Amino acid sequence: MEVFVVSLLNGLVYGMLLFMLASGLTLIFSMMGVLNFAHASAYMLGAYFAYTLSLYLGFWIALIVAPIVCGLIGAAIEMWGLRRVHKNGHIAELLFTFGVALIIEKVVQMTWGLIAVPYRIPEGLNFPLFDLWGTQFPAYRAFMLLISALMFLSIWLGLTRTRIGLVIQAALTHPDMVGALGHNVPRVFTLVFAAGTALAGLAGVIGGNYRVTEPGMAFSMGPIVFVVVVFGGLGSLTGCFIASILMGLIQTFAVVLDYSLADLLEVFGFIVTKATPGSEFLMVTLPRIAALLPFILLVLILVFRPRGLMGTRDT
Amino acid sequence: MSTHVNAPTPTPAPAPVAAPAMPASTFLRRHWAWLAMLVLMLVLPWLFYDHARGRHSGFAITLMSEMALMAVFALSYNMLMGQAGLLSFGHAILFGIGAYSVAHTLNWIKASGVPIPVELMPLVGGIGGLVCGILAGYVATKQRATAFAMITMGIGELLTAAALMFMTFFGGEGGITTDRVTDTSIFGIPYTRPIQVYYLLVAWAIIAAVLMYLQTQTPLGRMANATRDNYERTQFVGYDPRVIRYWQFILAGFFAGIAGGMYCLVYEIVTFDTLAAVKSANALLATYIGGAVGFFGPVMGAVVVVGMQSGVSLHTSAWLLYLGVIFIAMVMFAPGGLLGLVANHIPIARMGRLGELAVPYARISLPTALASAGFILFVELVTHQTIGASQGKKFALLGQPIDPGSTIVWVASLVAMLVGTLWLRREGSFFMARWNALIEDAKARGIMS
Repeated sequence: MEVFVVSLLNGLVYGMLLFMLASGLTLIFSMMGVLNFAHASAYMLGAYFAYTLSLYLGFWIALIVAPIVCGLIGAAIEMWGLRRVHKNGHIAELLFTFGVALIIEKVVQMTWGLIAVPYRIPEGLNFPLFDLWGTQFPAYRAFMLLISALMFLSIWLGLTRTRIGLVIQAALTHPDMVGALGHNVPRVFTLVFAAGTALAGLAGVIGGNYRVTEPGMAFSMGPIVFVVVVFGGLGSLTGCFIASILMGLIQTFAVVLDYSLADLLEVFGFIVTKATPGSEFLMVTLPRIAALLPFILLVLILVFRPRGLMGTRDT
Repeated sequence: MSTHVNAPTPTPAPAPVAAPAMPASTFLRRHWAWLAMLVLMLVLPWLFYDHARGRHSGFAITLMSEMALMAVFALSYNMLMGQAGLLSFGHAILFGIGAYSVAHTLNWIKASGVPIPVELMPLVGGIGGLVCGILAGYVATKQRATAFAMITMGIGELLTAAALMFMTFFGGEGGITTDRVTDTSIFGIPYTRPIQVYYLLVAWAIIAAVLMYLQTQTPLGRMANATRDNYERTQFVGYDPRVIRYWQFILAGFFAGIAGGMYCLVYEIVTFDTLAAVKSANALLATYIGGAVGFFGPVMGAVVVVGMQSGVSLHTSAWLLYLGVIFIAMVMFAPGGLLGLVANHIPIARMGRLGELAVPYARISLPTALASAGFILFVELVTHQTIGASQGKKFALLGQPIDPGSTIVWVASLVAMLVGTLWLRREGSFFMARWNALIEDAKARGIMS
């Protein structure tokens, strides 16, 4: 029970972090039809900016400034890069973001070094919030939950209750029609791209010290965010939310449950030993394949249900 | 995309008589590129011959072997990207499985004494890649476009992680080591020296390249082009695009496996790196930088990428950044890659007015050189601050040691970058004006459609 509740909470925290990354990507993906490989790079940049800023100005200022800087970088990439590449087709756009991700990783390595930087949880939040059967729940995780819940609420309200939100929603599915109605669709694209990148930056700010801030973090996080976006379905923020939470829970619980196929067979009376054919495969425990589960899911969902959980059209 | 560089270009004066046996001169004219490449590959090692010690430069041979196998790998990647318009992010799994199967076969030959010639090892790799292509392709080719890219990425990540998990086949982090000296050669060559392996690789690279070229001429190759350009119409014509994708994927797997087999022969160790995303990305970079529209583009790209990887990386740790910048520049300004850039000049050359571009080229080369020099200096300074200094490297420019702490160097690099970029923008518009005028003229004369 204790393990279950703690894992549930940790899974939620991780899931909400994923959602912060995936929500922006889902909007960008549905709008432009292009997977943005540089999205996770914005997450990394957010963490590194926050690290540097928090050294001089403190965490709270970094919490606000770093995402804004990321958003500006995103807008610049969209306006001067992606828009120009757009005429060369989808593959060129995809490759462009791929190249940007490559360059950002290298620039981060050059600026902050090859190893992880000591980006730590702010002192003010570094205390246990409550005890659960002897296991402490850190206040910072609650803070992460709070920030992501606030963000979810503001995105949802912004998209459904404001005028620009409605234009964005319309532009997701019918960009030409929205343009014909007199809205500046390219500017809406830039806005969404910048906002999505800023959200990824925010995820970096609060996720960088929860996990590790190192140059490889973008390439380890990127594919998982893709999985969430595809799993949730194109153009559906709700699907994206469910997929994020699900992914967070799956990955957290997979680490905790130390079982293998051999254990399952044992229930039915088969004892797997080293001599059993395929024992290497049968004896792999769940925590060891925890990192693989997202990719298994990705392949399965793309093959059998390419529109994802709640998507409106195929990937 | 309407370019068909692969298609036989209509000659201005087609010979009406279809000669049953091709005269030698026609053969030469049509295939000079192949012959030039073959001669170059055979002669090049001798340019790096160390007469003092009576042997070839080991570095040069390894570099050229890597280029040869990378060229085959990139060509096989282009069977998907250029030919069929399928963007794969997991192409390395085919390469890696090919390499692993060769490593295991060599070890098995050693253990059992079955005389399978070493010369056939790339073929074994090809069969490994083929089997992997049949399995992975069945799943991946169910979708196309972005979904295909994502599935290949997922399969690639899965297999890389599995390679670290299952020791028997993949050998975990240490990989599988092997020994190419099995005394089973058909020609009695021991393959103890790298140059012997290099020539074996040249032979296989040529075989694989010729086969891949011929494949572009087959109905399957043509239909792959059709699905790339308009996949709905392919369906109307009565073909199943999925089947075409599947076959194309399997064949690409075969050739990627050959490249993997070549890799195993050169390095005699196969680790999970051969399956990993970085390897797939290298194929993508090589193919795109070289140019996916023409057949020889990936070969050029492979030479550039391997050159950067092995040559430039000796001098700077920022080589990947330069490669990334070149890649981005290609995506933005030259979607046809290096080969496309060359091909763009053909109509102007046909008009015989290539000379008119000399002055514009000279005028853009100066600001380009200035901006690049400033950029490289700046990057190197930054790299030195964070990475180089901790590795105890000295900073030197053209052999002249510089103090990277002095302000003047930083200012100089920034000024060069800024002035160069602004100047380049001016000269760039001048160049484009000239270029467009020439292209318009070519169109008006009907040389270019």
